[in-house]
Amino acid sequence: MNLLVCVTKTPETTSKISFTGNSFNTEGISYIMNPYDEWYALVRALELKEQHSGTVTVINVGPAENDVVIRKALAIGADDAVRVDTTPTSAKEVAHHVFNYAKDKAYDIVFCGKETIDYNGAEVGGMLAALMDVPYLSFASKLDHDGTVATVERDIEGGVEVATVNGPFVLSASKGLAEQRIPNMRGIMMAKRKPLEVVAAQDVSADVATTGYSLPAAKAGVKMIDAENMTELVRLLHEEAKVI
Amino acid sequence: MSVLVLAENPKGNFKKPAFEAVHYGHLTAKALGTECIALVLGSADNPAQLGEYGASKVIHLTEGFDAYDSRRYLAAVTQVAQQIGANVVVLNHSSTGKSLLGGLAVKLNAGAVSGVNSIPNTDSGFSVNKNVFAGKAIAEVSINTDVKVLTLMGNSIPPEQVGSAVEVESLQIELPEAKTTVTGQNTVAGVVPLPEAELVVSAGRGMKGPENWGIIEDLANVLGATTACSRPVADTGWRPHHEHVGQTGVAIRPNLYIAAGISGAIQHLAGVNSSKTIVVINKDPEAPFFKAADYGVCADLFDVVPALTEAIKSFKASN
Ligand SMILES: Cc1cc2nc3c(=O)[nH]c(=O)nc-3n(C[C@H](O)[C@H](O)[C@H](O)COP(=O)(O)OP(=O)(O)OC[C@H]3O[C@@H](n4cnc5c(N)ncnc54)[C@H](O)[C@@H]3O)c2cc1C
Repeated sequence: MNLLVCVTKTPETTSKISFTGNSFNTEGISYIMNPYDEWYALVRALELKEQHSGTVTVINVGPAENDVVIRKALAIGADDAVRVDTTPTSAKEVAHHVFNYAKDKAYDIVFCGKETIDYNGAEVGGMLAALMDVPYLSFASKLDHDGTVATVERDIEGGVEVATVNGPFVLSASKGLAEQRIPNMRGIMMAKRKPLEVVAAQDVSADVATTGYSLPAAKAGVKMIDAENMTELVRLLHEEAKVI
Repeated sequence: MSVLVLAENPKGNFKKPAFEAVHYGHLTAKALGTECIALVLGSADNPAQLGEYGASKVIHLTEGFDAYDSRRYLAAVTQVAQQIGANVVVLNHSSTGKSLLGGLAVKLNAGAVSGVNSIPNTDSGFSVNKNVFAGKAIAEVSINTDVKVLTLMGNSIPPEQVGSAVEVESLQIELPEAKTTVTGQNTVAGVVPLPEAELVVSAGRGMKGPENWGIIEDLANVLGATTACSRPVADTGWRPHHEHVGQTGVAIRPNLYIAAGISGAIQHLAGVNSSKTIVVINKDPEAPFFKAADYGVCADLFDVVPALTEAIKSFKASN
């Protein structure tokens, strides 16, 4: 099975988010692999490879500093990696660059995370599927593959929907698809020697731009309620907050 | 020129998300000086009612949408948007809407923004706000293409009735063959899904074990609320994954979020801090969640939660 996994990096989840004008302050921010890519998409791809043989390639669209994240994916078990050398500012760019690389390689499944935990876009997978003209199995929390037919459970409102698909498809991974794997020392050593191909980016333009950032309005401060007086809390929720 | 809105009709019924999207489309159309047209795919109860929320017309395609197939849905929305010359397409920020967004951006050469929570600003160009970092910040995004595609975050802009029932038409489109087969659905009946819920009762590790969740369910039941949980609770299997809220779970913005036995770690807060009102029940006065709360109760949740349930029962009985 020939599998491609899109990975990206995001600020670590405890990062303090701040902005100057319309740029995100990166000073003091450390980065991690996007959890949906790392914990679920990549690991499930590796499990399918272990079951059916084949290769798992990871792809990132980004600058050289992203190699750290790519090496981690190799340490977890991917066979080889590709980095499209450009700094994208939109999902459209990422999807087109991945498509340009993948289009003549006959991947059985292209995996993405369901969204990045920084911009929460959830766009790349759907774009890729449309560019490749293959089905998009979004928000997959379970994937089984018998070599011909894939059975996918997709998260929908209040539960899951089960679907089967023949032939290639794009999948976006949500929680439950696999269990996180921690790279071991051997994996980390081997990752250093695994191939990481850097390809030049073709011309793709962004069609959305972030023009400003703001922080949510701060709360006025907490009103403490006596534990013996839940009637008072209910009164406040009704009369002051007007939510019940 | 027009605004096209996909009005979702799970199991044939329109619910709040459909009305929110149509009303949002109506407000967007007003800002652009054009009309809002609603699109309904598959069997649906009374599509004409979408006029009440501001659609000037409903296009209803009945055949071929009983099971979700990404390529068929994408082809349908694309062709309708092209035939009516839509320059904005509005979807819900739902599993269906999010699944279609990227594909529509490709097919319509459109700029896409997901999880929008403001009416477009059309003073100069076209820009919208969306939450980023699961709600730790808000970004203003401008779209530079002729056609725009948006998914609307639930509970952002309340739907209002502004009109009355309208005409329902059909359109001729060509659907590709389905490549996926839906073999089943497993959803909890009678519960408002978390992303749509206005009232949420959530609990964390302070619950000690899954056998204690009865008091949380009782509170949720008297309120008509949906239940949620912190990540470790879902990770250890005390509660199902779809209840996990936070930066790596569902991001929600209900009117009321009650958190019991949750410490309020930054990753948890990220997914819930857009809630209108937050109530925190925690026995540790130092719990970080109190800083993000509107109302706090510092005591044992095993006493407080049942007492709150009783207080709400009496309130409901006397109102
Ligand atoms: C990469 C990453 C992503 C993450 N994403 C998420 C996410 O999306 N969502 C999420 O929730 N977490 C997430 N986390 C985990 C997060 O950091 C916290 O560990 C988690 O939220 C803590 O869960 P908790 O509040 O239920 O448990 P705890 O931190 O153990 O807190 C339990 C609380 O219950 C209180 N308590 C105990 N007993 C009682 C009682 N009898 N009465 C009243 N109060 C009581 C305690 O005082 C304590 O404050 C993430 C972590 C990482 C590293």
